[in-house]
Amino acid sequence: MATIAHEIPQVAPEEVNYLNVEHGWKSWLLTTDHKRIAMLYLFSITAMFFVGGLMAVLFRINLLQPEGIFSPETYNRLFSMHGIVMVFLFLVPSIPATLANFLIPIMVGAKDLAFPRVNLLSWYLYIAGAAFTLYAIVRGGVDTGWTFYAPYSSTYSNSYVLAAAMGIFIAGFSSILTGLNFIVTVHKMRAPGMTWGRLPLFVWSNYATGLIQVLGTPVLAITMLLLAFERIAHVGIFDPNIGGDPILFQHLFWFYSHPAVYIMILPGMGVISEIVSCFSKKRIFGYNFVAFSSMAIAVLSFVVWGHHMFVTGESVYTGLAFSFLSFMVAVPSAIKVFNWTATMYKGSISFDTPMLYVFGFIGLFTIGGLTGLHLATLATDVATHGTYFVVAHFHYVMVGGMVMAFLGGLHFWWPKMTGRLYPEGWSKFSALIIFIGFNLTFFPQFILGYLGMPRRYQSYPPEFQALNVLSSAGASILGIGYLIPMIYFVWSWKYGPKAGNNPWGAAGLEWQIQSPPTTFNFDETPIVKEEAYNYGKLEEILG
Amino acid sequence: MWASSFPFADLQLFPVAASKQATQIDQLYWFITAVSAVMTLLIFACLLAFAWKYRRRVQVESTQIEGSTKLELTWSILPFLVMLIMFAWGAQLFFAAQNPPKDAMEIFVTGKQWMWKVQYPNGGSEINALHVPVNQAVKLTMASEDVIHSFSIPVFRVRHDVMPGHYNSLWFTPTKPGHYHLFCTEYCGMEHSGMVGWVDVLNDRDYANWLAGGGTGTAGSLVEQGRSIFMQNGCSTCHLQDQQGRCPVLRGLYNKPVQLADGRTVIADDAYIRESILEPNAKIAAGFQPNIMPVYKGQLTEANVIQLIAYIRSLSPNEPASQQGDQQRPVVIAPTDANSSNSGTSR
Amino acid sequence: MADAVMPVAHEAISPEEEIYLKHHFATPGQQMDADTLGMWTFLITEVLFFGGMFASYAVYRNLYYGAFASTSKYMNVTLGATNTAVLICSSLTMAMAVRSAQLSKRAQLIRYLFLTMIFGTIFLVIKAFEYHDKYVEHLIPGLGFQYEQFPQYEHNAQILFFLYFAMTGMHAIHMIVGLGLLSWLAIEAYRRKYNENYFTPVEMVGLYWHFVDIVWIFLFPLLYLIGDR
Repeated sequence: MATIAHEIPQVAPEEVNYLNVEHGWKSWLLTTDHKRIAMLYLFSITAMFFVGGLMAVLFRINLLQPEGIFSPETYNRLFSMHGIVMVFLFLVPSIPATLANFLIPIMVGAKDLAFPRVNLLSWYLYIAGAAFTLYAIVRGGVDTGWTFYAPYSSTYSNSYVLAAAMGIFIAGFSSILTGLNFIVTVHKMRAPGMTWGRLPLFVWSNYATGLIQVLGTPVLAITMLLLAFERIAHVGIFDPNIGGDPILFQHLFWFYSHPAVYIMILPGMGVISEIVSCFSKKRIFGYNFVAFSSMAIAVLSFVVWGHHMFVTGESVYTGLAFSFLSFMVAVPSAIKVFNWTATMYKGSISFDTPMLYVFGFIGLFTIGGLTGLHLATLATDVATHGTYFVVAHFHYVMVGGMVMAFLGGLHFWWPKMTGRLYPEGWSKFSALIIFIGFNLTFFPQFILGYLGMPRRYQSYPPEFQALNVLSSAGASILGIGYLIPMIYFVWSWKYGPKAGNNPWGAAGLEWQIQSPPTTFNFDETPIVKEEAYNYGKLEEILG
Repeated sequence: MWASSFPFADLQLFPVAASKQATQIDQLYWFITAVSAVMTLLIFACLLAFAWKYRRRVQVESTQIEGSTKLELTWSILPFLVMLIMFAWGAQLFFAAQNPPKDAMEIFVTGKQWMWKVQYPNGGSEINALHVPVNQAVKLTMASEDVIHSFSIPVFRVRHDVMPGHYNSLWFTPTKPGHYHLFCTEYCGMEHSGMVGWVDVLNDRDYANWLAGGGTGTAGSLVEQGRSIFMQNGCSTCHLQDQQGRCPVLRGLYNKPVQLADGRTVIADDAYIRESILEPNAKIAAGFQPNIMPVYKGQLTEANVIQLIAYIRSLSPNEPASQQGDQQRPVVIAPTDANSSNSGTSR
Repeated sequence: MADAVMPVAHEAISPEEEIYLKHHFATPGQQMDADTLGMWTFLITEVLFFGGMFASYAVYRNLYYGAFASTSKYMNVTLGATNTAVLICSSLTMAMAVRSAQLSKRAQLIRYLFLTMIFGTIFLVIKAFEYHDKYVEHLIPGLGFQYEQFPQYEHNAQILFFLYFAMTGMHAIHMIVGLGLLSWLAIEAYRRKYNENYFTPVEMVGLYWHFVDIVWIFLFPLLYLIGDR
């Protein structure tokens, strides 16, 4: 590869694209180009990912010893900040604000999102939210867990709850604005001929995500605000001493935070649909069902929050309803997995790095999803609630699912975003390392969980040590696995070989334009004449 | 020596099942796990088989397939039917876990940052330890002094959150004598991981010995302790016999419906009595005035309240432990001219 | 879905329309559609935002009915009803403003915008008097809350008063934001920005203003009228 790059004559003037059209910090900080904003987001969330990851490494070190290594105070702050940073500042914006921000206008054939300035505002809100949260970390952190359960967070905790809650409140609006922009863009900005039935599935899944962001996040915002009032003025709304109801807090919190886990997985599912189809050179199996299942997930996600509260003493009939609905939401997720698998049937499969991440995703998401059945079932939830079983389950979905999809998507569209290729050998190697490290970290936690080890414990009975040591060892491998792509991506930006417009031979509007794209994406508005994933006419795609 | 410090020497992969529920829940757990494993293997097998069989050779050759509604319906409906089995099975066990048997031994637990206080009917109490006889149903009634805790005994597969301001309960029937962990599993602050203790399931002889040994430093039964708190706090001056209708008489009150001043009816169960001690003005019985009884919030601990309730319960000798309360006609526990309620609300 | 896909760009666009067309839209119609859908989506977000407080209200009103009834004795129905009337009038003038913009009647547009702002200000002044009364009566949670007349409800009433202040306060903040938007519209209208070819901002602020009114239409009966009287 390197030799080929060398042979390209350096004299040709570089073509104008969104990256080199303007220079200087102002051209970035005041940009309204969705692609530049996506890049701003990419840097910001990567920084947050490593902040959150560092905390994880530190508390995994603590758990090497049954009696712990750090003080309980330090440990509690580490796991709380890990959760807050990873959920609100990494996972929620991860794919929507970066890949989708970059790709949705291109995929629907538009010059930009419907509201470019709102898009920039959303990034500034994100930065403001992150600043509040980082302030809380620098001042000593928060020790409430990412769930902020009252009355501990409102009355008892002596940590920087207020700053973190405000950080989440502000970052929440950034998420709302992103979702709003996607919804309007998909409805109103589609190019001529781009019907709903021709939209790429990545657009469908981000549209569904947008609905959740717009409908769920405001409830989290008001909850954080009420919590802040409770903390500042002791108004009593969540204080059982004067009749406040801590369970109300949990209802309001999970009304957002359960749909939020679908904000954290739906866009990843969209990425997988794109990649699996491209590297099988085959149209997606059951397009309508995959698209419809995204919408079904978005709708059902709003009626399952009560399954976080089976053991709080909510009425058994409430529990019954929420348990049933939780099984319902498993169906559309299963449909997707089956369709991805079926897409490979009679395909022509190549094993480039993005495809390796697809294998990782399907494997880990299947395990993560199926262990969700243990938690949706009332009786087994009682046995596993609040243990490492839950921790393992949601890491399989969030990290095994979303982070794998995010990395897969990044490897898939990196040539489009930067115009450069990354070293294939290193990227395959790191994909393997991440897969091994991930399983070593989190699989033992299923076993620990059913043995009864509670989550959020700074110290634990000695018989749990072996599995904890395994988990910590896995975490160190996982950490290295995440660092390698970081290094070669940065390297490839400058030194990587030129990618060309369509290195994967993929269908889709984004592959028919220049890499990196120009500021307005298309020289003239494209007119769409065929459905997505039209790999039957591969020669046409490759031009 | 080396063996004990080498963490893999006592590697354990599956917990002991030491209660009736544990065995039942394990069966369900294995059923779900087995179904999941079959599904996972099926998907993995397909993935690997397709990846091998349809790997790209010299040139791209793929067959475009639109999809199959029949197939989609099959793989939506079949798994859903299997999931319905899980749902029904889980719900059935969960419902059974709501209703302790009538002969369950009642033990009181108070959670507090960061310890568990256990009170026995005989008046004994322990910190972070629970002693129960084997093959005897045990019902725990739990309260919290501060934040949300969650009481969990993994080998029994039981757990329930302990909400401040409420009584929560769970029950189990231990089947295997032994020395087991109990944990707090709702994050409750700095020493959350120190809020742990031991459950000892004793066989009949050991349990008798433990009782005889006064292992818990008995100072009179729970009822007697409650009586002395009742006397010390001056409750007896009003609540034992009618004092010109100033307050309800507590004899025979326990677990009976009470007509409230605002027109509603409540059952005089543990939760109502607790609230009426700590916040007497919250639910005034019909015919009485608010602000006569002092507020005991902050004066009494949850443990004291448990003792008081045990005593008040003893004033109604025929009543079993508080359950869902039989739906009887409301008993107006006030003088007969008490129907003119002071706020006259209608909802 | 009813909405059509993006219209092809070579539809006739008059030069007057083109001034207002942002670069990434093909036609003014598309731009207007996008703005309208964006505003409605934002308002749905707002509904959910207030929804969290309405849910809390429902829970506590149900849990502590007696205390709730006692708090409503402190609500000044006359002032509340006056404010309701004021807001309904402001909605009318706002609707007239939008109409004026659509008809390119600049002077009328500015007049109606000012009228709307005056009604909005009256509302806030009356609200401020109500808040002041509550302050004098020590009914603001967190600022020396006292509830001597119904001591049996002291604690629970505090929660309900907090909800009163949270809900009406959040509504008042939205009113203030609305007044800011109206002032901006008035300035832009003075600068001849709006005419029959371009009036989207007036219409969008109008939607927002009506939404804020509707929130009050729910708050007024829930907080003032359905208590114990």
